[in-house]
Amino acid sequence: MSRKATNFRDVNENPCNMCMPMGGILALKGLENSMVILHGSQGCATYMRRHIAEHFNEPIDVASSSLNEKGTVYGGEKNLKQGLDNMIKAYRPGVIGILTTCLADTIGEDIDRISQDYLVERGYTDLPVVTVNSPGYGGTHAEGYWLTLRRIVEKLARKTEPHTGINIFVPNISPADIREIKRWLELMQVSYTLLPDFSDTLDRPYQRPYRKMPEGGTPLADIAAMGGAAATLQLGVTLEDSMSPGRFLETEFGVPLYNLPLPMGVTNTDLFFNQLTEITGKKLPAELQQERGRLLDCMIDSHKYNGAGRSVIFGEPENIYAVTRTCLENGIYPVVIATGSKNPQLVTLLEDLLTHSPVRCTVLTEADFATIRVLSRGKANLAIGSSDGRYLSEREDIPLVRYGFPIHDRTGGQRLLSVGYRGTTYFLDQLTNTLLENKHKHYRKSIYQAFYLGINKTLDSAESGGEQHVL
Amino acid sequence: MQKSVLQDTVFHEREDSIITKGKQKKQLTCDTASVAGCVSQRACVYCGARVVLNPVTDAIHLVHGPIGCASYTWDIRGSLSSGSELYRNSFSTDLKEKDVIFGGEKKLARAIDELVAEYPTKVVFVYATCIVGVIGDDLEAVCKAASAKHQIEVIPVQSSGFAGNKAAGYRAACDALLRLIKPSQKKNKPKASTVNYLGDFNLAGEVWIIKDYLKQIGIELNVAFTGDSHYEALKNATTASLNIIQCAGSMIYLAQRMEELYAIPYMNISFLGLEDTAASLRRIVDSFGDPEMKLCLEELLVRETSKVKPTLDWYRERLQGKKAAIYVGGGFKAISLIKQFREIGIDVVMIGTQTGRQEEYQTINELVDEGTVILDDANPSELEKFMVEKGAHLLVGGVKERPLAYKLGIAFIDHNHDRKHPLSGFVGAVNLAKEVATTLCSPVWQYV
Ligand code: SF4
Ligand code: SF4
Repeated sequence: MSRKATNFRDVNENPCNMCMPMGGILALKGLENSMVILHGSQGCATYMRRHIAEHFNEPIDVASSSLNEKGTVYGGEKNLKQGLDNMIKAYRPGVIGILTTCLADTIGEDIDRISQDYLVERGYTDLPVVTVNSPGYGGTHAEGYWLTLRRIVEKLARKTEPHTGINIFVPNISPADIREIKRWLELMQVSYTLLPDFSDTLDRPYQRPYRKMPEGGTPLADIAAMGGAAATLQLGVTLEDSMSPGRFLETEFGVPLYNLPLPMGVTNTDLFFNQLTEITGKKLPAELQQERGRLLDCMIDSHKYNGAGRSVIFGEPENIYAVTRTCLENGIYPVVIATGSKNPQLVTLLEDLLTHSPVRCTVLTEADFATIRVLSRGKANLAIGSSDGRYLSEREDIPLVRYGFPIHDRTGGQRLLSVGYRGTTYFLDQLTNTLLENKHKHYRKSIYQAFYLGINKTLDSAESGGEQHVL
Repeated sequence: MQKSVLQDTVFHEREDSIITKGKQKKQLTCDTASVAGCVSQRACVYCGARVVLNPVTDAIHLVHGPIGCASYTWDIRGSLSSGSELYRNSFSTDLKEKDVIFGGEKKLARAIDELVAEYPTKVVFVYATCIVGVIGDDLEAVCKAASAKHQIEVIPVQSSGFAGNKAAGYRAACDALLRLIKPSQKKNKPKASTVNYLGDFNLAGEVWIIKDYLKQIGIELNVAFTGDSHYEALKNATTASLNIIQCAGSMIYLAQRMEELYAIPYMNISFLGLEDTAASLRRIVDSFGDPEMKLCLEELLVRETSKVKPTLDWYRERLQGKKAAIYVGGGFKAISLIKQFREIGIDVVMIGTQTGRQEEYQTINELVDEGTVILDDANPSELEKFMVEKGAHLLVGGVKERPLAYKLGIAFIDHNHDRKHPLSGFVGAVNLAKEVATTLCSPVWQYV
């Protein structure tokens, strides 16, 4: 494996990440009856709403304090308070998230103090407010997401009577993935609190009348009780402690923390269920065992096709770690793994995973797509990540399997199921079928050229697999 | 906590921005700052500037600011190019915390150097985002130095996001364009029968459609602002004998300035809908006073109209009596939609824009029926309220509005910058009718 960071460059060419408040919005959308206000200029909120709406196909209402020149020069306190007034009036939220954007942080707005004053002035003594300093330049949407989760827990979790429930923190996965994890827990009759639960709020069934505050989300009372849980399962192996909600619960309330990878692929899913059965003393239900068997069956059925796969994987750290493992399990050896985040933990973890990969792989942090493109050229035949990867398809003819966030040029991003034995099976089928489709599209021509015309005698290495060199 | 959906949806700060035709005498208030907390659908100054300039195909578009602003605008528009694809990249200086503290000027200068070395070009647009305005980087100075160093044009776009809304961004973009088109020597020699076409971004090839009509009647399209434009063509912009403006909201300022500076007259036109397309072409031809052109045009109108008329009639029969709600970016689009809908038998019951201007709202008010709700800078609650109250069957809007319509069980038309089908000219009129019918008459509504 070779490492490479792009942060010595002065220009980012085609970003591989979004900014902090974006992740914060997603996390807060998983709280019951929540509304979010961005403290900063109007445009940021509009852009983020647009992006989220396009991925989930759901109305995404996010308020903004709409800071203008005046607010920027004299402070935005008045704007933020007025914004809170109007938002509360229109939406009557049960909990409010206030996120800063670059502008508010740069002019030094103290959202903690302003919001505290506000609640006192208006007499909203029991309206919980979660504040997060999330300037866009402070990190990517992935960091914004986790930091916000930590802030939610810091604000809302209490020391309560010990109980047998477990806490589950999930990374930025699809509503379908969240529903899948809940299905397992229900099958196993484990009582749990999952945060953030946007499985309904960002993927609601059609129903009348329309309610602008969607139903669902993690109930606040459940978050309050997180402090008394038997354990925390946090699907966050790449997290720094300062952004880890599970770490907070452990240090503050002594809830044992188990950091696990996102359950994608056999190994990661086994790890998850092993840990869960160990903590709860419950058995893996027959239904899930069957699903495991089917995944193994699927892996065998497609292993020869997958063996020709060379992947370029990009996205948020937790997700790409899990995807990498899934690829490695199936011989779809990665050639480039990239994230827009600056995440040294991820690099160390990947180093471990990749020691046995027979194919040379470059890991990029703080990456942009221009760099990903150059490194994948002629080496990868399968891209896995968000819609932004269409750039690789268009320019380098690498087919893209859409996974992660955002998926804005196809429908159904919210319904993609990729976790667990069942989800991995679906996911893997997509990878395999994309490889097959690509092969069928090109093999007549490439073989004709190679052997009949005699040009280009060696088939390209990705097609024939395995010419890339072992480290 | 959850109360009935329609309560409290109009904020008192917003009362002056909503009127019902025939009910009140008052004038609609528009062009004001968005009210905090009201979930405005508006975008920022930078967004406006980027929309206008981005279609310049062979330019480097460099966003000076933190990554998000560039990330959310990477290749999301449907402007097509017949040449360079450089404009489809999103370049950013990716400002980090330390840059915010110590300033980003040096980084910006290095970024320009790096990009110019990698992508030889004649023009770089450097967009200011909100925090650039706050940290006090001197964009002008950095651009000037870079320009001298590389012997190309490096043009700052003063689009700090908080200093107004999208409309201010249009102006910033026009200022940047004015700098670019300034002829280097004396005034360029004017060319007869050539027009510049302002306010079309070549979404789904719309500029090409209009260019072809003009060509058929003997008029040369000099350059479009800015759909499928490039450095060389823009440099010759001042040679045109007439400026025609489609999207006035974004381009009227540029046209006015070009009249002042280069004595090029301008004319507002619209190529949306049969009626407007025909009328606009006639006005253009009239202004040249050439009888032969006139003949060619009349032939073209007969030919094109006869091609699409039967289809449109067929659609009108099916769509007659349906009610539409419109919420789009600018006034021009809103106005032409009212007329286009009329052509296919649809009434407009609610209409609003993010950045419409006073005179545009007056035109809207004249065009719509009594009882139609007109609103500026609306929010989701208001859109919901009035669509439901007015019994709209259809909403026209952008990406953010689409899911709201769908959740309300209402058909939807995408009228934004990411669409992949043209809505201009004769072919566009058919496309719109087809899209309306596809969404309104879809069998899915039977099940909800
Ligand atoms: S920071 Fe300013 S320029 Fe950037 S998206 Fe936000 S409002 Fe627009
Ligand atoms: S990077 Fe900062 S300014 Fe740009 S969109 Fe994100 S929060 Fe707004």
